[in-house]
Amino acid sequence: MFLIDCPWCGPRSQKEFHCHGEAHIARPKDPEAVSDAEWADYLFNRANTKGVFFERWVHNHGCRRWFNVARDTVSDRILAVYRMGEKRPKVKR
Amino acid sequence: MPGYSIFALVRNALNYHENWQQAWRSPEPKPEYDILVIGGGGHGLATAYYLAREHGITNVAVLEKGWLGGGNTGRNTTIVRSNYLWDESAAIYEHALKLWEGLSQELNFNVMFSPRGVMNLAHNQHDWRELNRRVHAIRLNGIDSEILSARQVKAEAPILNVSQDSRYPIIGASMQRRGGTARHDAVAWGYARAADARGVDIIQNCEVTGFVIDKGRVTGVETTRGRIRAGRIGVVVAGHSSVLAEMAGFRMPIESNPLQALVSDPIKPVLDCVVMSSAVHVYVSQSDKGELVIGAGSDLYVSYAQRGSFDIIEGIMGALCELVPMVSRLKLMRQWGGIVDVTPDRSPIIGRTPVDGLFFNCGWGTGGFKATPGSGHAFAATLAAGEPNDLAGPFSLDRFRTGFLIDEAGAAAVAH
Repeated sequence: MFLIDCPWCGPRSQKEFHCHGEAHIARPKDPEAVSDAEWADYLFNRANTKGVFFERWVHNHGCRRWFNVARDTVSDRILAVYRMGEKRPKVKR
Repeated sequence: MPGYSIFALVRNALNYHENWQQAWRSPEPKPEYDILVIGGGGHGLATAYYLAREHGITNVAVLEKGWLGGGNTGRNTTIVRSNYLWDESAAIYEHALKLWEGLSQELNFNVMFSPRGVMNLAHNQHDWRELNRRVHAIRLNGIDSEILSARQVKAEAPILNVSQDSRYPIIGASMQRRGGTARHDAVAWGYARAADARGVDIIQNCEVTGFVIDKGRVTGVETTRGRIRAGRIGVVVAGHSSVLAEMAGFRMPIESNPLQALVSDPIKPVLDCVVMSSAVHVYVSQSDKGELVIGAGSDLYVSYAQRGSFDIIEGIMGALCELVPMVSRLKLMRQWGGIVDVTPDRSPIIGRTPVDGLFFNCGWGTGGFKATPGSGHAFAATLAAGEPNDLAGPFSLDRFRTGFLIDEAGAAAVAH
């Protein structure tokens, strides 16, 4: 359990939020053109990183807005919170 | 190796238990093996045992980064059942259950398998329809399953609150009487001892740090105790599957989540079956020591920290106090978390990977313990032949490309 610093509401208990998994996954621009293997990779395969992981959260019992988080999945320490559309920040564990 | 028996017990009692033999050796790793199994949990040790017993392959080593059964094998709620909806799942879990039934005798190690019955509760009309559908599907697969009314549920487990005015009214339940619990540590130790007796090397404190891959074919592993060569390698590392896949250069459809369990202080016998409820998301049984063993849902974010969130505990205990009001007077003694490897369709992955000679057995998610013997048996056959057997076949990694998913997400009787 940890506190998440919502970019709009400030630090709140993690139970107000819901995690929606890995961030920065781009849908293939032309789905018809990709192979089944490439589509499966987009749809199902995940980095599932042990270490610094970039993920999406939504403050669903608060402002209901989405944002990205960089978190160390070994210590559960949050290293950065940044808005949707922004690039991955450079963070150290 | 001398077996365990009543006579051995008496003989050793006379010697103040000072002369019990070692359960397994701890040899130095050899430079090369026919087959390497990475991961010394229940599934990995069972794989090694069945490689030796069923396929006569004994030049095998099990590499474990910590100690045997120190991961999810020692962290689960010990429930064993085979009441799965889909044919492919029913086949492998029922195979496992049949192996459970004779396991203590076969391993000469008391795994304390206790077929005390597993009850799955229905709390609303949707639950009830799904439960009826599942019971019939299970019976069509030749597996025992029956439907209980609320009154029968109360007779089986008097501590449950079956009042229709309760927060979670109980409409009825399914019951698999052949299901139950087993002693989790004993499963790892029993398989380790039996595999060792057949010549398998069990190497603890040996962490794999990389794979040696030559032209798309694996030829060995780098470990904290040096390089070990092998023609075939089976990876059975649960929550760390993605980490090892990354070392080998491919990605897996897996997310690693913490799954928690807790035990209460020991009390007199109050519950002689396993009670599960997917709607309120709790499962509970009573251990031989008298503790209530309580399982919860997983935290829905990626984490390798072997603990979980307090809000999960709060949710599960709130639900359990409604379902079993006497629980509100109990203290919780311990709480822990394990890292479970969850796949998109909540079914395991057994078989080939993009690297030749490298096989994975993973993705058992929140329910791997019950499958331990069947998983090891099927994976041993897969490693011995170099291709999946009939039980493992449907659970290929390739199913995510072909679309032949085995969707147990809502069907496996437990919400995930």
